[in-house]
Amino acid sequence: MLSYILRRILAAIPVMGVVALFVFLLLRITPGDPAAIIAGDMATPEQLERIRASLGLNQPITVQFFTWIGQLLSGDLGTSLISQTPVTTLIGQRLEPTLSLALVAITLSILIAVPAGVMAAWRHGGFIDNLVMSGSVLGFSIPVFVIGYMLIQLFAIDLGLFPVQGFRSIFSGIGPFAERIVLPAFTLSTIYIALIARMTRASMLDVLGEDYIRTARAKGLTERLVLFRHALRNAAVPILTVIGTGFAFMISGVVVTESVFNLPGLGRLTVDAILARDYPVIQGLILLTSFIYVAVNLLIDLSYAFLDPRIRY
Amino acid sequence: MSGADVLKVESLVVETAGEATVPILNSIAFSISAGETVCLVGESGSGKSVTALAVMGLLPKDALAARSGRILLGGEDLLAASPGRMRDLRASEIAMIFQEPMTALNPVLTVGRQIQEVLETHTTIPYRKHRQRVLDMLEQVHLPDPARIFHSYPHQMSGGQRQRIMIAMALILEPKLLIADEPTTALDVTTQKQILRLISELQQKQGTSVLFITHDMGVVADIADRVCVMHRGHIVETGKTQDVLRHPQRDYTRQLLTAVPSLIPRPVRPEDSKQIVLETTEMSKVYGSRSLFGGDPPVAAAKDVSLSLKRGRTLGIVGESGSGKSTVARCVTRLIDPTSGGIRVRGQEISDLSRRALRPYRKRIQIVFQDPYRSLNPRVTVGESIAEGPINFGTPRRQALDEARKLLELVGLPADAIGRYPHQFSGGQRQRIAIARAIAMEPDVLVADEAVSALDVSVQAQVLALLHELQQRLGVAILFITHDLRVAAQICDDVAVMQKGRIVEYGPAETVLRHPSEVYTRELIEAAPGRNWDFANFRPFTPEAPAAPPQG
Repeated sequence: MLSYILRRILAAIPVMGVVALFVFLLLRITPGDPAAIIAGDMATPEQLERIRASLGLNQPITVQFFTWIGQLLSGDLGTSLISQTPVTTLIGQRLEPTLSLALVAITLSILIAVPAGVMAAWRHGGFIDNLVMSGSVLGFSIPVFVIGYMLIQLFAIDLGLFPVQGFRSIFSGIGPFAERIVLPAFTLSTIYIALIARMTRASMLDVLGEDYIRTARAKGLTERLVLFRHALRNAAVPILTVIGTGFAFMISGVVVTESVFNLPGLGRLTVDAILARDYPVIQGLILLTSFIYVAVNLLIDLSYAFLDPRIRY
Repeated sequence: MSGADVLKVESLVVETAGEATVPILNSIAFSISAGETVCLVGESGSGKSVTALAVMGLLPKDALAARSGRILLGGEDLLAASPGRMRDLRASEIAMIFQEPMTALNPVLTVGRQIQEVLETHTTIPYRKHRQRVLDMLEQVHLPDPARIFHSYPHQMSGGQRQRIMIAMALILEPKLLIADEPTTALDVTTQKQILRLISELQQKQGTSVLFITHDMGVVADIADRVCVMHRGHIVETGKTQDVLRHPQRDYTRQLLTAVPSLIPRPVRPEDSKQIVLETTEMSKVYGSRSLFGGDPPVAAAKDVSLSLKRGRTLGIVGESGSGKSTVARCVTRLIDPTSGGIRVRGQEISDLSRRALRPYRKRIQIVFQDPYRSLNPRVTVGESIAEGPINFGTPRRQALDEARKLLELVGLPADAIGRYPHQFSGGQRQRIAIARAIAMEPDVLVADEAVSALDVSVQAQVLALLHELQQRLGVAILFITHDLRVAAQICDDVAVMQKGRIVEYGPAETVLRHPSEVYTRELIEAAPGRNWDFANFRPFTPEAPAAPPQG
C-alpha cells in the first residue's frame, strides 16, 4: 500500500512538470512582445529594455526556463506587475476565503446529495425519487448568480438571518465565519448537489440489483444496513470520482459566487489579473489550480484502493 | 406427517405486479418435514427460484407479488408476517444459499465480517464472542486456516470456498430450513461433490430441512428424499425420489428424464474418412508477465497439446474450469495466438501465419460459443449475422441471404426468421442460429466451446441431435469443448481429458470414459452426479452394466 502511494506521488511529478512548462511558454508564445504589452503604448525603448532585463527576456530561452524553474522550486512565483507585491503573498491572502468556501460547499453537497441519492434509488420510481430527480434538474438549470441573489433577498434581507456579504476568517471565530459562509456555500453547492445526487442514485441502482444485496437481505439485515453498509460502499467509486472532479472545478469556478457575495477570493484575483494582463499572477494561479487538480485526483485514486480491496495496483 | 412439517406451502399463487398480471406460480403446494431434503426440479422459467424467493419473502417488489395461498413455517403464515418479523426469521429460521458464489458475497467486506453480521443482527451474543463463533463455523465447513480466511475478501477465494462461506453464513444459527437455489451449478463436478457432501453433513448434524433447487437430475438422484417436478409454474409431479425416477407418472417428467444424456458412451461409429482436418502438435499458450519490472511468473494455460481430428468425427476436450480447454479452442481458431507448437488445418500450417495470410483459412474453422445471449449482435438481424461471413468472402449478397434462409431451415428454424433480431428467440433457438452462422462458412472444422452448457436438458438434447445430423450430412469435424462428461459421452468419438493445461488422457470415448487409466479421469467420472442412474431407462445401473470404472 505504502509503495503504491509513493508510486502515485512520483507519477504526479511529471504532470506538474508539463504544467510548469506550459505556464512558462504561456508568456513566451503570446503574440507580440510581452515587455511591450507590459510597458504599454507610451514606453521608451530604454524602459522596454529594462523590463526585458527584469523579466530575463534577453537571455536564451533554455536559460530562462531553468532560472524560472529554480525560482519556482524555491517558492518564488515572481512579482505582480501591477501591485509590485510577490505573487505568493497575493495568492496567500486570497487562498483562505476560496478554500473555506469550496470545502464548506463540497461538504454540504455530500451531506445533502448522497443521502438523497440513496433514498431515491431505494424508492426507485416513488415520490422521493421524483422529488430528487426534479430537484436536480432545477439545480442544474438555475444560474448560480440567480440562486445567490434569491438567497440574499430571502435570508439576509427579508429574514435578516445572515449578513448580506463579506468574509471572516475561521480563525477569528466559528460564529462570524459560519454566518457569512452558509449562503455562498449553499449557492455554490446547488449544481454539485444535483450532480452528486444523480450519480449516487444511478450508481446505487446498479448495485442494488447485485446478488450480494439479495444475500444481505436474506440474512435478515435491516434496510438501513443493506443500503449503507453493503450497497453504498460498493457504489462509492463513481460517486467519489464526481466529487473529486467537482471539487477541482469548484476552485476555478468560484468567481461568480465570490462576486455575488463580495468575497475576497482567488476567483476575483484571477479575473482582475487577466483583465490587467498581470502575467506573473496568472502564471501563479494556473500553477496553483493545476496543483490542486493533481492533488485531488491523487487523493481520489488512493481512496479507491481504500474502498475496494480488489483494487491493488 | 403434517404435524412434523417444517414448511408447508398451500395453493401459492405468484403473479407479476402491475396492471396486466401474468401468473408465474399457479397454485403450487408442497411440504417438507424435519430433516428431509426435497428437490424442486425443472427447466429454466419453471418457477423454481420464484418459489424459493417467495418463501424467503424476497420477491422483487416491483416485479412479482404473492396473490394468494399460504406459506407455513412451523405453522406461521409467512405471507401474513410483517416485514420486521420476516427479517427476524431470515437466517435464524430460514436461510438461503444462491447459485453464483462469485457474486453472492459482498466484494468490499471481509468474509468474517459478513458472517459475523448474522450474529450481530439476530443474537444477543456479546461482540467479543462473535469471532470465536465464526471461526468455529468456518471450521465446520472445512475451510483451511479459518483465522486467515476470516480476514480474507471474497475475490481471494475460489468458487468452492466462497460457497462454503455462504453455507457457513446460512447455517451458523442452525435454522430449521435451508433453501439452496442451484448452489452447485456454477461449480466444477469435483467441487460440486464436496459441497453436496458438506450440505448433507451439516444437515445431519443440525437436523435441518433442505429445499434444494436444481435442474440436474443427477443431483436429484444423489441427494433428494422427495422430488417435486416443476413445469411452467405448476408442480406436475411429486413423490419419493426412487418412485419418480423409476415410475414417472407424467409425460413431462418422462421427457425430462429421457433427455438426460447417459454417461455410457454411445456405440462406436465406423470411420468414414482417413483425412485429418485438424492437427495440433505440442501447442502451448503461455501468459507471461507483462511488466518489465518483475510481475507474476509466466503461466502455461495450455502446454504441449497434441490432438488430431479426422473428417466427420467429433473430438471432445473435457476438463474443469481453468484446465485450458477454452484456451485450446481459441488457439486452434487463432482467436488468440499460441506461444509455440503447430496447428495444421487440412495439412496447412496456420500457427505462424500473419493475420492477413490467415484470412483464407478462417473459413475452414468456425466456432460456436457458450452463451447464445451474448454471442449474437443484438442490433443485427439473424439473416445478416449468418450471411455476413460469406459476403466477406465474396459471395454476392442476394445469394448469401438465400443460403442463410436454407441454413435456417437446416437448423430447424422457419426461413422467415431471417429478418428478425436475436432477442425474439429463445436460448436454444439462438444457439441454432449461432450454429447456422458457423456452418454458413462451410468449414472443415466446427469448434463448439461449451455450446450446450447454458441450455436446459431438453433443449440441449435437441441441439446435440442437430449437431449430429449436420455432421452426418456435411461431414464437418467437430471439436467439442465441454465440462459435462454426459454430453461428451453422447457426442464424442474421441475424448481428451485436460488438467492444468495438459492433456492427461486421450483416446476413444469408449476407453477413456469406461476404462480410464488416469486417476484424474476416474475422479471426474466418480464426481458426476447421479452416475449410478440410467435416467432414460428409469432404473439404476445394474452390476452387469456398471457405469463405474473398475477400481484400482
